[in-house]
Amino acid sequence: MSIRLHNIAKHFGATQALEPLELTINEGELVGLLGPSGSGKTTLLRIIAGLESPDRTCTPSAIYFGERDVTQVHVRDRRIGFVFQHYALFRHMSVYDNVAFGLSVMPRSSRPSSAEIRRRVFRLLEMVKLEHLAKRYPAQLSGGQQQRVSLARALAVEPDVLLLDEPFGALDAKVRQELRRWLRHLHDELNFTSVFVTHDQEEALELSDRVVVMSNGRIEQIDTPDTLYRAPKNRFVFEFLGDVNHLEGHVANGVLTCGDAHVAVELPDGHEELLLRPHEIRLAEAPSPESHLPVTVTAISPVGAEVRVELAADWLEAPWLATVRHADFERLALSRGKRLYAHLRRWHRFESNAASLRSPATS
Amino acid sequence: MRRIGDAPLTRRLLIGLALALSALFLLLPLVAIFAQAFSQGVAVFWSNVSNVFTLHAIGLTLVIALMTIPICLVFGVALAWLVTRFSFPGRRLLQTLIDIPFAVSPVVAGLIYLLLYGRNGWIGSWLDQHDIQLMFAWPGILMVTVFVTCPFVARELIPLMQAQGSREEEAAVTLGASGWTAFWRVTLPNIRWALMYGVILTNARAVGEFGAVSVVSGAIRGQTNTLPLHVDQLYQDYNTVGAFASAALLALIALLTLAAKAGLEWRAARRETRYSSDQLPETVSKSVPKTSSQTPLESMPSGQNRQPLGGERRL
Repeated sequence: MSIRLHNIAKHFGATQALEPLELTINEGELVGLLGPSGSGKTTLLRIIAGLESPDRTCTPSAIYFGERDVTQVHVRDRRIGFVFQHYALFRHMSVYDNVAFGLSVMPRSSRPSSAEIRRRVFRLLEMVKLEHLAKRYPAQLSGGQQQRVSLARALAVEPDVLLLDEPFGALDAKVRQELRRWLRHLHDELNFTSVFVTHDQEEALELSDRVVVMSNGRIEQIDTPDTLYRAPKNRFVFEFLGDVNHLEGHVANGVLTCGDAHVAVELPDGHEELLLRPHEIRLAEAPSPESHLPVTVTAISPVGAEVRVELAADWLEAPWLATVRHADFERLALSRGKRLYAHLRRWHRFESNAASLRSPATS
Repeated sequence: MRRIGDAPLTRRLLIGLALALSALFLLLPLVAIFAQAFSQGVAVFWSNVSNVFTLHAIGLTLVIALMTIPICLVFGVALAWLVTRFSFPGRRLLQTLIDIPFAVSPVVAGLIYLLLYGRNGWIGSWLDQHDIQLMFAWPGILMVTVFVTCPFVARELIPLMQAQGSREEEAAVTLGASGWTAFWRVTLPNIRWALMYGVILTNARAVGEFGAVSVVSGAIRGQTNTLPLHVDQLYQDYNTVGAFASAALLALIALLTLAAKAGLEWRAARRETRYSSDQLPETVSKSVPKTSSQTPLESMPSGQNRQPLGGERRL
């Protein structure tokens, strides 16, 4: 079931939570709404669910599930599954009763028999691998288990679309990773349309078919994770999708100067700010004619595929974060306090919503 | 290292003071009531209690309390629901208004009702023309009792419902439940302990209310005399044993109420431990060695960690 939003806006009192927006989510897609807190992503999700209503403006807004216009349809009749950030399990009901709830509140005429409910609940519990905990109460489960119960509960009513509000936000990193993979797997298997909210860019990029990046109630960019990361449309998207280093200075005659540091760039004269990803910084023992960026290593974290190095210099406002391959790390014999020279593999620059990606003048 | 305020002298002094004050101001009077009531033997006590006016006072008091409770219950739940589930202009003001009965002296409350609903009052004079008498009759007693006790249930519920939030109800509605179903199956079970606690407090206050009732009841023996008023009357008539016999009844009701409250608290505490997280399976699953070829979720332990839950859902 596809989801189509037309001219959706939302005010809470005087604050605008959402600017009028259009969004189409295709059938079977897993879409992540990504943004910092206060960007309106949860509001948007709740509007899709029907838990909030969009502003009534002069230009009419509309929400379609497939061909069905659900703008005026109440939450309980929208046929959605909603997974809440903190699970919102019914704390006084057992796991079984939680999952059975949606089926047991159906009108008598359409409600399945209790044997059928039992069969379906256990099938779902099996799917989330919790059938042995059917008699437990939510408080007796771990966070990850609760979240799976909450998912099974939402799926019990066979919703047209599945909406998840920060589904893994309250879990520790390891469980989160497992559940993420599992959700992706489940989505591919059952092939429903899902929308989830997250503030974790890694989660959004890993899990989604497409990501909707939001800030201040606006959609900044909608793209596949790949495109989003490689070709961010504006500075906000670039900065939000990963670690960013800033280099600010004055350009004159193709050279950007910043204190006693300078680097050659092909830019017109004037004030410039360059943005760099950590892996776009290369460290060396010596400066080059094009680049003279002396830095001091202030911290080293050798965990993971690459070594993360923090660099400071008096010409830098905020320390830089660079990633170095373990081989280079050993070759350069990096240690805290060591003085090195940074070189730029490439850099990014944004001016009023237009992106540009360049390599340094000659290197 | 010793914690602050944990010096032996300080501790003994504080504990001693607390015990002495409790004994002097709480326990001793309670004992005195029963001692006085039985000072001339059980037979005299019994003849006083089985006096027709006393019996009527007991009956009236209980009937008023029984009528007050459902009114306060519905009012309290509705008010708590309104204040915690909706945001509207004046919500804070309403939350403050709930406390008026606590802030106003009961006698003043009684006087206000007399002023409004009495024979010469604003509303009372109109009612009088239609032959409806509220003051100096049981409806008046009920009205002031409700006024005095109405904050209890709401006061108990509001902080709890605020803390619980509306997520569970939202979840119920997304699963297709009607508002009514969500209330009965999700909200009510979550607030039932607070609700009962509120009812116990309401009952205690309704049974013991003196000030407001004394203004509006007229204290007609055998008609509008509640138990607290009856105690006062007997005492004014120099029937000390009679007064204390009735007072002992009131004290007994109070003790029963306290016992009920303690019972509820004990049950709630036991429930807490039963649902507590010290038997979380996650801590167990971490210690279970994982084999390499597992799908992410198969690391959950199955049989061996299952805890016998005994009789499910006791409540």
